[in-house]
Amino acid sequence: MYFPRFKPLFLLALLVLVFLSGVIIERNNWLAQFLFYSEDIIYLTGQHIELVVISGGLAILIGVPLGIILSRPSVRYLAESAMQVLNIGTTIPTLAILALSMSFLGIGMVPAVFGLTIASLLPIVRNSYTGLLEVPAHLKEAAAGIGMTPLQMLLRVEIPNALYVMFAGIRTALAINVGTVPLAFLIGGGGLGELIFTGIDLNRPIMMLAGAIPTALLAILVDMLVAICAWLIVPKGVNPLRN
Amino acid sequence: MITIDNLTKIFETENGPVTAADHISMEVPEGEICVLLGPSGCGKTTTLKMVNRIVPPTSGRVLINGEDTTGLNTVDLRRQIGYVIQQIGLFPNMTIEENISVVPRLLGWDKARYKARATELLDMVALDPSIFLKRYPRELSGGQQQRVGVIRALAADPPVMLMDEPFGAIDPINREIIQDEFLKMQKELRKTIMFVSHDIDEAVKMANRIAIFRTGKLVQYDTPDNLLAHPIDDFVESFVGDDRALKRLRLVRVGQVIEQSAPSVRMGDSLEHAFRLMEQHGYTQAIVLVNEQQQPIGYVSRAVAQTTQGFCGEHYFGLKATAHIEDDLRKVASLMFNHDTTWLPCTDSTGRFVGQVTQRGVTHYLGATYHAQSDTAALKHVAAQAE
Repeated sequence: MYFPRFKPLFLLALLVLVFLSGVIIERNNWLAQFLFYSEDIIYLTGQHIELVVISGGLAILIGVPLGIILSRPSVRYLAESAMQVLNIGTTIPTLAILALSMSFLGIGMVPAVFGLTIASLLPIVRNSYTGLLEVPAHLKEAAAGIGMTPLQMLLRVEIPNALYVMFAGIRTALAINVGTVPLAFLIGGGGLGELIFTGIDLNRPIMMLAGAIPTALLAILVDMLVAICAWLIVPKGVNPLRN
Repeated sequence: MITIDNLTKIFETENGPVTAADHISMEVPEGEICVLLGPSGCGKTTTLKMVNRIVPPTSGRVLINGEDTTGLNTVDLRRQIGYVIQQIGLFPNMTIEENISVVPRLLGWDKARYKARATELLDMVALDPSIFLKRYPRELSGGQQQRVGVIRALAADPPVMLMDEPFGAIDPINREIIQDEFLKMQKELRKTIMFVSHDIDEAVKMANRIAIFRTGKLVQYDTPDNLLAHPIDDFVESFVGDDRALKRLRLVRVGQVIEQSAPSVRMGDSLEHAFRLMEQHGYTQAIVLVNEQQQPIGYVSRAVAQTTQGFCGEHYFGLKATAHIEDDLRKVASLMFNHDTTWLPCTDSTGRFVGQVTQRGVTHYLGATYHAQSDTAALKHVAAQAE
């Protein structure tokens, strides 16, 4: 919703708010305290991103092909059962998954990546699968009737028309992923969780914020990146973003 | 040419097997449009879809131009058959150009060739290529989309086309226009076409032959005129409708019922001469007046000619309407009703008077085929009894 009449008012309020928060931050010397952690922030953000890229990338690399395979008519009868299995990954609290994976993979990055991948798999598989199933039957009939092989049909008709829904799944999964990575710290996986949890334990709000704010920004950034990818990759004719 | 030989489809359902098509045999001659017609669930669509194996037949053969397709790979088979469906099925992720080029590209044409082909085809259906090539399907109206759907099927110039209620989703006005366009195209392209419809009027308009289906069986396979004149049984008769004689009007051209060597008078002829001509030919109402170029410009009424002295040029009435020799009788009947007349002068393509069409001539022509049929039916009956 957009109300042009309120725009000046809104801007004014925002300006006042920014000014006041600036005053408060400066009086309490919060900024200096925050910047005290800058080296940690940079290092841990790097680790955080690494975890997101590896676990998210794995989830995409596994999830998209799995969704595609499950949507094929010959294995479709397996699809719902497979979804239920994957659903477990989402139903079980992520912390529990991490704990479980730690118990047989030890501590460090490997169990963290494993747990995060499992936790973010379902939305990707689910959306790839439904997206492909929802391609209208008459398009598939036209494609088949024209003489496309099943592979050509998949690549030229089904995937392009399902791509937007598939991207929506990836977007959801990565949003979950970025938000869950801080937990990886608990099993020695590193990341911004280190600042957050240590901050909580030591009752140092600034330290906690030094972890929380970059995590939030990262989540927004990743979401934007996926949105840009969707904008670029989904064909213009079926891209609601480009209407 | 499409030949269907004993084609049968049995669907296994939870309530036991259902025979959707029961030993269908028929042949669509080269360059003709055959409309498969019948109520829903009669097997017409199943039969059509067995030709390109969208529905795999349970038994029977399909031959295209005399060649058995049973051994042919499904993909190769489909690439040489144009396919148009009711939902059009343009790929929304592709531009119009890409949609049209799909089959040529599958067949490995080079870029310049399929691009030229797309342009040529858009021109053929009067969609400006400079505008439409780069558009996406959702930017087109339903009628435009269906035109693209048809030319996409024509892109690789397949000898055979299958059309499953292709104009079913278009509003009636646009449907008429697209049908006319398509018939015009077909006149040049002369494809062998199988066409599913549930609309008898569409069938009569489009078809060279109509196949009527009922509960999986082919009931009657005939030319539209024969089908309307001689429905084989009560089902076909009720299906083609009570007004089947009126539907035939569309199939008959003025040229077929015209009274040739009809006399005419000129400006300079005397009324006495006009009256004598009317007497000779038994005209009770009027005679046509033509100008120097033999074009009908008016008529002299019998009453006037009988009672008045003078020349035709001084005592004629203007014509209300004329029929063209290529018009169908539906238009003629409509003109007659509109102008409260029982006859119309006919002109050829140069506008010259070539004869006249009368209500009597029309009813006589339509009636003659009915009589012929009832005579042969009676004969058959007698012959059957003799045996």
